[in-house]
Amino acid sequence: MKVHIPNSAFLGNINNFLSTLDLRGVDTLEITTNPKWLSVHPAVISMIASLGKSVDQKKIVCDEIMASSGHYLERMGLFNFLKITPKIKKIKVHEPAGRLIPITQIKNSTDLDDFIKNLVPLLHLDKEPNHAHAIQQIFSELIRNVLEHSRATEGAIVCAQYFKKSNKIAIGVADAGVGLKESIRQSYPVKDDLSAIKLALTPGITGTTKKPGGTAQNAGFGLFLIKSIAYINSDFFTIISGDKMYKLLQRGKQKIRLEANPFNDRYATMNISPWQGVVVGVDISLNQTEEFKSLMDIIYKFYAGEVKNQKKQLYKKPKFI
Amino acid sequence: MTKEKTTTIKIFDYAGKFAENKDKAQHIREKLTRPNLEKGNSIIYDYSGVDSTTQSFTHALISDHIRNFGKEVLDRLYFKNCSETVKKIIELVTEYMQRKIK
Repeated sequence: MKVHIPNSAFLGNINNFLSTLDLRGVDTLEITTNPKWLSVHPAVISMIASLGKSVDQKKIVCDEIMASSGHYLERMGLFNFLKITPKIKKIKVHEPAGRLIPITQIKNSTDLDDFIKNLVPLLHLDKEPNHAHAIQQIFSELIRNVLEHSRATEGAIVCAQYFKKSNKIAIGVADAGVGLKESIRQSYPVKDDLSAIKLALTPGITGTTKKPGGTAQNAGFGLFLIKSIAYINSDFFTIISGDKMYKLLQRGKQKIRLEANPFNDRYATMNISPWQGVVVGVDISLNQTEEFKSLMDIIYKFYAGEVKNQKKQLYKKPKFI
Repeated sequence: MTKEKTTTIKIFDYAGKFAENKDKAQHIREKLTRPNLEKGNSIIYDYSGVDSTTQSFTHALISDHIRNFGKEVLDRLYFKNCSETVKKIIELVTEYMQRKIK
């Protein structure tokens, strides 16, 4: 397998990274980097870490890191996680108290409990509870998806970082499990990876059952919820599985209109070297982020059909006391 | 709601201030609330100390009750001391479950 880390690979321009990804030859991993600059999304780092976890450490080759910002990869814990020590030629030291979550492996519910507890202080969200709630929700839903559906022996590989310039928190979660197609086809016919992505993003669809409303434990609502949060905030959301990447494009100034069908959103897709498992990248712009309860309100109104005044009188309301 | 037929579940005691662990939700659902609902009792979910929760946790907590007992079970489920965030998520889950089971 070959991975080249370009000078820039965020969700908006992740195609640059994905187009050079070569996942043939699963016994070795060669990592090369842009010699001048490195600035990449946590989803990219999670992907590389996930790939490295499947390869014998001795068969991971990483060229000398020439870029002045190469230290960034070290701060994100990539080399430590892969147990490799590439030469890093120049070091541009960042502030020591950076708002980031280095690469973390989560293999079970206990790991997730610990991760969720540490998330708020690591991202310095103590004084921003509304942002914290959205980010906790996103991590919880994404990681539980991996633990419950992926059958990935290495669990979820996650990391996140706050970017001061854009005032956003970027989140990456990767696994090397069975992928969406295999997971969803347990309950629904799936012809290809893009169809699987579509089904996974559609509310009410889960691989665990065909029953409307899901099972007692799964609603099939988590990915739709996360995509909706990104959409409302006009942030990017990217999901990769098999040979396809789906990217929700930024909403811009378009009026908010939630869509159950992800292909009715503004989106882009891309063919990639087949990824065994699932990768999700999400941005949360703190400038734009609605209070979490407002986000939920918008999503609730969409789902309740209040926008279309659909028979809302038929449904009982929860009793708050 | 009569006092003698009501069981109160303190969500914080099981799931902490960010209630997201679906295993805990399942425990509450199967061990604590289902037996009471089967006897015709009411449940108070007390969210004191819970800042936020997830859609998945809430789904695991109550959706099967709505499916099994019908939407009328919502007349026997009370949600107490909920933050605005928690309220919105409960409203979302109760809404989509009723839509799915109609």
